[in-house]
Amino acid sequence: MATLSLRNLVKTYGDTQVLHGINLEIGSGEFVVLVGPSGCGKSTTLRMIAGLEEITAGEVHIAGRVVNNLEPKDRDIAMVFQNYAIYPHMSVRKNIGFGLRTAKISAKDKLGRLEEVAEILGLGELLDRKPSQLSGGQRQRVAIGRAMVRNPAAFLFDEPLSNLDAQLRTQMRLEIKKLHQRVGNTIVFVTHDQVEAMTMADRIVIMKDGHIQQVGSPLDVFYNPANMFVAQFIGAPSMNLMPGVWSNGAVSLDKGGLVPATGVKIRQGASVVLGLRPDDLRVTQEAGLFTGTVEVTEPLGSETLVHVSAGGQEIIAKAAGKHPPVLGSSVHLTASPDALHLFDKNTGEALL
Amino acid sequence: MRMADTPIQAPTQSLLADRTTGPRRSHGQYIRWVLLMFGGIVMVMPIAYMLATSFKYSFEVHTLSLIPQEPTLENYLFVLEDGRFYTWFGNSLFIATVTTLSNVLFDSLVGYALCKFRFPGRYIFFIAVLSTLMIPTEMLVIPWYLMSSTLGWLDTSWGIMFPGLMTAFGTFLMKQFFETVPDDFLEAARIDGLNELQIWWTVAMPLVKPALAALAIFVFLGNWTAFIWPLIVTTSQDMYTLPVGLTTFSDEVDVEWELIMTGAAISTIPTLIVFVIFQRFIIRGVVMAGLKG
Repeated sequence: MATLSLRNLVKTYGDTQVLHGINLEIGSGEFVVLVGPSGCGKSTTLRMIAGLEEITAGEVHIAGRVVNNLEPKDRDIAMVFQNYAIYPHMSVRKNIGFGLRTAKISAKDKLGRLEEVAEILGLGELLDRKPSQLSGGQRQRVAIGRAMVRNPAAFLFDEPLSNLDAQLRTQMRLEIKKLHQRVGNTIVFVTHDQVEAMTMADRIVIMKDGHIQQVGSPLDVFYNPANMFVAQFIGAPSMNLMPGVWSNGAVSLDKGGLVPATGVKIRQGASVVLGLRPDDLRVTQEAGLFTGTVEVTEPLGSETLVHVSAGGQEIIAKAAGKHPPVLGSSVHLTASPDALHLFDKNTGEALL
Repeated sequence: MRMADTPIQAPTQSLLADRTTGPRRSHGQYIRWVLLMFGGIVMVMPIAYMLATSFKYSFEVHTLSLIPQEPTLENYLFVLEDGRFYTWFGNSLFIATVTTLSNVLFDSLVGYALCKFRFPGRYIFFIAVLSTLMIPTEMLVIPWYLMSSTLGWLDTSWGIMFPGLMTAFGTFLMKQFFETVPDDFLEAARIDGLNELQIWWTVAMPLVKPALAALAIFVFLGNWTAFIWPLIVTTSQDMYTLPVGLTTFSDEVDVEWELIMTGAAISTIPTLIVFVIFQRFIIRGVVMAGLKG
């Protein structure tokens, strides 16, 4: 286990700057997920930690030492790749043992470690198989095994679940989380899937265009998004965002409607964006914040997503799964005052 | 903690059923087969004629018959009893083998470097390598001869081999194949502590085996049958390769075709062995490289 520290990390390709001074402290044994859309710089950051990309400026510290000029093999890290990177010409045994080729330990210890890892990952009976004889999940476990066997200071995962089908992805997500709880190593995990980030991370780092947008626990970034980007990126479906003008403790929405929003210190007449998560909106028959017509319903079983057209804007709310509102019916939407989010329309920063 | 996973399911449908109930052959398919058979016959004909001639007496070699009127093994006995034949065979085998190993080693090294490393001038270097493919051998033999003469390599094995120890074709072929090796494999090995040479040898090379086999057979066959350059660079019969040696069976007044054909027939044996061993790799290699034989 080791701490990781990124200090003012910058990456440029020619004239294009892709990382703009990333600062991040990762505690020993922490499970940190870097999440963001394609091109946000999350994989580049991970590859710079691994030593697979040159660092243009800034420093990477692993276990307290600067590793900028160290080769990947000297950084005491292990990495699991998106396409597993297990060698097709080697058996599972050789693939897992590959990481120990250069380790300065006895053959007996190597064998012991290999068997221990195989046992943990449930690969004991597959050791003599070739990767082509394994399922996607088994291949992913072999890749994790090859990383584990070296007992590195930190694990780096680069979108390792992207190639798996939805069911297997859910299963592997759980298994990796259990594995972390068992071995306790520091993990930096890159994904573009916010569900993966929410379910696995101790802390989530949300990135966009080479900048960190917010760092926090899954619940923190969900309930207290730092800006509009985070508010929209985290949570499915995305937060409803409605532009308006704030004055006298209420937001007058551009497309009609007045929503009380107190406790915010901004100037009268400021342009703002009101945010409401679909989870926080209740569909009622009594008067509420919005009144509209049900245009689409998406039954998900336990709940139903209801798309309501209210004053020219579409609002998504979650309703009960068993008795969803009838299509075309008129409904009211309401939310508790503490569920409101308010953002500065110009900067996107959270105001409330 | 043991992790469960869905095992790979075996296909349940019988493949045999597909075969027995397969679609009917169309007329077009029969026409294609006939054309292919005709092409095959055209290609096999010279080899059949070579074999037939090797069993003929000299009076019969100018008849077009594929079946000798009086079959004989005398030609084979004569050629095999001629000690020079073994020398030429050995020279050809040595030169073809060394050149093949050299190409497999160096072409793959250069191809790997051009494919997987970023360095200034990489593209220009690759274009320069490729451009040498456009220069015909006939234009190169004079500079090669002058080099050999200057360096004292005339009439030596080294002199015969040096122009072919690395080839632009082989470098190009290997570079194209290394493109199919994912960078993640190399990066994983880098993190696992291997140096670049170990990564090339342990990870990349086993993944391009079909290409190596295709390259090996192309180079072996090319050098086994090479004629012009060995003819120019060698002067003593002891240094002749097999194709050059076989020309000694002809002179200004007489050409002993039956002996030449016998020598040629024997010389095809190593190439047939190489082909049979590497056949599946060759087909895969050629298909993947998009090459014609």
